[in-house]
Amino acid sequence: MTLASDPPKDGFRLSMLIYDTRFRSVTIQVIVLVLFLAGLFWLLNNAYVNLEAKGKDFNFSFLWTRAGYDIAQTLIPYTNDDTHMRALIEGLLNTLLVSVLGCICATILGVFVGVLRLSHNWLVARIMTVFVETFRNIPLLLWILLMGTILSETRPSPRDFRFTEAMQAAGETPKASMWLFDTIAVTNRGTNVAAPAFSNSLGEVVLPGNIPVSLNALALFAVLAASFWGWRRLMARAKAVQEATGTRPATWWQTPLILLGPVVAVSLGLGFHLDYPVITRFDFTGGFQMLHSFTALLIALTIYTSAFIAEIVRAGILAISKGQTEAAYALGLRPGRTMNLVILPQALRVIVPPLISQYLNLTKNSSLAIAVSYMDLRGTLGGITLNQTGRELECMLLMMLIYLTISLVISSVMNLYNKSIKLKER
Amino acid sequence: MKQSVFFGSLVMAGLVAGVAGASTLDEVKARGELICGVNPGLTGFAAPDANGNYQGFDVAVCKAVAAAVLGDPMKVKYVPLTGETRFTALASGEVDMLSRNSTWTFSRDTELALDFVAVNYYDGQGFMVHKELGVSSAKELEGATICVQTGTTTEMNLADFFKANNMTYTPVNIADDAEGQQRFLAGACDSYTTDASGLAASRATMPNADDIVILPEIISKEPLGPAVRHGDNNWGDIVRWSFYALVEAEEYGVTKANLEEVAASTQNPEIRRLLGLEGDMGAKIGLDNDFAKRAILAVGNYGEVFEANIGAGTSIGLARGLNAQWTQGGLMYAPPFR
Repeated sequence: MTLASDPPKDGFRLSMLIYDTRFRSVTIQVIVLVLFLAGLFWLLNNAYVNLEAKGKDFNFSFLWTRAGYDIAQTLIPYTNDDTHMRALIEGLLNTLLVSVLGCICATILGVFVGVLRLSHNWLVARIMTVFVETFRNIPLLLWILLMGTILSETRPSPRDFRFTEAMQAAGETPKASMWLFDTIAVTNRGTNVAAPAFSNSLGEVVLPGNIPVSLNALALFAVLAASFWGWRRLMARAKAVQEATGTRPATWWQTPLILLGPVVAVSLGLGFHLDYPVITRFDFTGGFQMLHSFTALLIALTIYTSAFIAEIVRAGILAISKGQTEAAYALGLRPGRTMNLVILPQALRVIVPPLISQYLNLTKNSSLAIAVSYMDLRGTLGGITLNQTGRELECMLLMMLIYLTISLVISSVMNLYNKSIKLKER
Repeated sequence: MKQSVFFGSLVMAGLVAGVAGASTLDEVKARGELICGVNPGLTGFAAPDANGNYQGFDVAVCKAVAAAVLGDPMKVKYVPLTGETRFTALASGEVDMLSRNSTWTFSRDTELALDFVAVNYYDGQGFMVHKELGVSSAKELEGATICVQTGTTTEMNLADFFKANNMTYTPVNIADDAEGQQRFLAGACDSYTTDASGLAASRATMPNADDIVILPEIISKEPLGPAVRHGDNNWGDIVRWSFYALVEAEEYGVTKANLEEVAASTQNPEIRRLLGLEGDMGAKIGLDNDFAKRAILAVGNYGEVFEANIGAGTSIGLARGLNAQWTQGGLMYAPPFR
């Protein structure tokens, strides 16, 4: 800036608001702000006037009335006598469950596919290209429907697993059988898996909000945490000895002993056994049941998002100069170590920012859950509650607010992570 | 310094349609078309025929109203609505009336700010199962997986019924009847529950109808009827009396075929008022005196509508039962045209 125009000698004139560059930007911002506020006011006023005209008020007290409907899959106890608020929380937890698991699975699969797509093996690279192009170019809703249909149409009905004495006498075999020593049964409704169970219970504590937590599980978790801490100590000691003496003490037999020994001992003490799924009149009972609505949604979200993540990973890796690889090879690193130690850490800086938006997409896309009858937030609050109470505006606003909050939380957590891996400039 | 100017673009997406001003009757007349919310597909009640035109028992109410108001039963635009979207669509003014086998309940009448104008079908909720399950009563459904349409009264009745009988079940919430049938036939649910009339209609279209039984229990009262927005009472009156004209016509033996003949010869004052030959009934609701006559001429009387769409002669084969005229031991009872 070497030249500045002469300051105007005379006083302030109104036209300066437009023609004087010093004021123009402020003028425009003020105008935009006024228009924005006017627009906002118009929207709110419109909503208010229309609610008034329909004789509807705006309040959230309906959240504390009895919900009266049932939800198939719940993470914390729920009956139809609970409130709409509780149903909302069930839906929210279901949304979070499928989103968190989806993000984890999609990341693992995505990194795998993205790396393999750069493979020197022509066939592998082409197969991964087909994977990416197929899954990301077909709408997610179709994938969700397809997965739901495949699972429910191709698997046998629970009653096909039944094996009665009459059938045994007649020498017949059931039409379908369970897998892995009768621990897994995949029917057209869900996946039934034998669940760990204990004959002796330490009892349970009930957290506020009627959430029971089994003390057995807590005890096992505590033992595991203690074992892990012990193992870390063992490793630290081994490292110290190695640094001092040059020879590393043998830890191969201590590691499994410390990690698994206490857990196994406590489990046996509590009377560990497997609770097998058993066919009853309509369906399997006992064990752990994962409904296909959840499985289908999770698979569809995972493969769809992983195709995008694969491209992000590939772009991230390609962004690292080939010189880095060559330098690593020159130092004698094998390709696998080169990828893990040299390329990926640098690539993460390019990968993480777009990865955040994929996580956000996955979370928001989970609201398509109703297509396979998975009761997420959109299914409970935005579906049944909205419909039974007729509180469209309240439910929609609340649902938008919740999704916004979830997204902002994911975003900020991932930003923190991004900060931790970004290039340290000193 | 780089100067950049941001022109904030305001997206004026209206939250709700413009402030309701003109009455629904004026709007419909000005538009020259009635917009009627119907079931996306429930054979016999509302489903597109081979030519893509909606036909059915509920559709007939739309046609009767269109004939009464616009003089032409074909001037109807049908908007297919799911159980979840129907009331919002009506409340927001997307449709003028709803004729979509919807149950009249207290909270819908009050909280949802709707007005149910009449009951065109007295129904109750039932269950459908595959015969091979060997279930003969709904009380044997302990532990069953049950498909239920979301956003309906059936969802709540189902919860109440299982609670009252101390039984458990796994609900599968589906969006509409077509999805329910598909899930049921695929065996993804043991039982499908909805209004008994709906079950009969669904069963009629299933390829293996003989392998499917409808259980005897009726677990709720489901008075199904057309609904309008609360607040526009004149429009409610028009829909109500266009429908009652059909019921009244059946009671007095006026059919589509003999209408002109009866009109020319009858001396019965009730029929003369119904057909607009006496009095000024039409003027009182903002229509002309022939409105009821046009409605009957368009679709026939209530009995004819019933028989043509869901009656014993059709594949659905529903008996009149509660829906017979009060003179025949049923509940169909039109208030007098006076």
